[in-house]
Amino acid sequence: MGVAEELAQDALVAALEQWPVSGIPAKPGAWLMGTAKHRAIDLLRRRKRLERKQEQLGHELLVSQQETAEKEFDAAMEDEMGDDLLRLIFVACHPVLSKDARVALTLRLLGGLTTEEIARAFLVPEPTIAQRIVRAKRTLAEAHVPFEVPRGAELAARLSSVLEVVYLIFNEGYSATAGDDWLRPELCEDALRLGRILAELVPTEPEVHGLVALMEIQASRLRARLGPSGEPVLLLDQDRGRWDQLLIHRGLKALERAEKLGGALGRYTVQAAIAACHARAGTPEETDWPGIAALYDALAQLAPSPVVDLNRAVALGMAFGPAAGLELADTLTSEPSLQNYAFLPSVRGDLLAKLGRLDEAQAEFARAASLTRNARQRKLLLERAAACKQGDLVPQQD
Amino acid sequence: MRFMIVIKANKESEAGIMPSQALLEEMGKYNEELVKAGVMLAGDGLHASSKGARVRFSGGKATVIDGPFAETKELIAGYWLWQVKSKEEAIEWLKRGPWATGSEEAAKLERRLGPFEIEIRQVIEADDLGDAYTPELREQDQRLRAQAAAKA
Repeated sequence: MGVAEELAQDALVAALEQWPVSGIPAKPGAWLMGTAKHRAIDLLRRRKRLERKQEQLGHELLVSQQETAEKEFDAAMEDEMGDDLLRLIFVACHPVLSKDARVALTLRLLGGLTTEEIARAFLVPEPTIAQRIVRAKRTLAEAHVPFEVPRGAELAARLSSVLEVVYLIFNEGYSATAGDDWLRPELCEDALRLGRILAELVPTEPEVHGLVALMEIQASRLRARLGPSGEPVLLLDQDRGRWDQLLIHRGLKALERAEKLGGALGRYTVQAAIAACHARAGTPEETDWPGIAALYDALAQLAPSPVVDLNRAVALGMAFGPAAGLELADTLTSEPSLQNYAFLPSVRGDLLAKLGRLDEAQAEFARAASLTRNARQRKLLLERAAACKQGDLVPQQD
Repeated sequence: MRFMIVIKANKESEAGIMPSQALLEEMGKYNEELVKAGVMLAGDGLHASSKGARVRFSGGKATVIDGPFAETKELIAGYWLWQVKSKEEAIEWLKRGPWATGSEEAAKLERRLGPFEIEIRQVIEADDLGDAYTPELREQDQRLRAQAAAKA
């Protein structure tokens, strides 16, 4: 056990050292094991040479022994490959690292992105990302983070850190918090693939399937989310014919897997269930809004946050009328963490517009436009503000 | 990016002969590897063309031509849908299939039927549509959205 762990550690160190220079191989797991294997074979050969000196073994016997040892090692390594990838994911997402560092390291080591690509995707200068990765590696070394998959009670906490990173990467691609567009779909693909790999590596963890379900269903709408000139199209306005049915199907399957594993639903599974409500509706009118409102209620208890409440307000507004939604949304206006959150005034603007309070709605849309970091979102919000001014009622909802 | 991996038909698939148990097991193992790597999204084998048909449209008229079809090598016998980083990665994965890794079953198949080809085709994603997204489509899209907005 000691030797195997040492070898894996060696391979990880080699990977961490070499990948930034030589670029990541297409299959990091396989490459990693290749390195460990070579080192192990070196070690075996050295040992054999030593034995030869000591015991004066016949040449033929030695060769055949060595070959057997190599073959056995090959077989063992094949089995270990998945485990090794899993260890790498857990190390890259270790809680000793900051969230930013975990994301950068995961994309670098597992997503196969170059430092430059990561920098471009997150709109930060390349040296910042390079430094983040160097510092992350140093932190891991200094903290003597073991190269292993955590067990027992620790697994749950560590897994949630891994899932968080994967979802962060997905969301960065999906919602484009800043800048225009480009390279974003690739982040979604990377996160989805990592999620799918994880689901096979730890198949008994319901939340992994919940997260995969959530990402599959959200990704199914990627094609429909942008209009012809690149402007965002909100969920209820999307052409559902352009939703990717294969991904929806995969998402619903993953959700089923999560639910079948039993236990209380986790936060990703609940969010997936919400996404599934939309995916199952052939038209916006068929959406099960009371069901969604109930799921948001469950989510608010699992992971209380003003943002969840805001979404709950939207669902309540759809299920029981704009006044019900506005009542909850109004309680959030004093929430410090939402002070600069564009979605709050945009939701309030929408509910106010539906209630015919156009002056207030216009002010809210204008405020939302001033807060968003996304150029295209800003354009859409300004259009809605202008529509309110002209007295046009253009209700929209996300 | 996504690729469709197209398996071509051969004499046996067209004769409705199902793959041997051993080959199915090897393919199953390969598929499992693909799923574990987050590569495989979907995949199916297809029945012989004798169970299919072609529908030819000409001057607004539909003519049904029942299978089988003659040009065996041009026919499709199965497909996968893969999610990979590049065409090169897709090729790498194909090279790890049972037909390339010394499988006895695949070798027997090749002795009976000769060398075979597997085709790799990239799936068009929304970003690739470009000019094909015509003003008419755009207009239709906007109309749909306007309707949806009016109904909401």
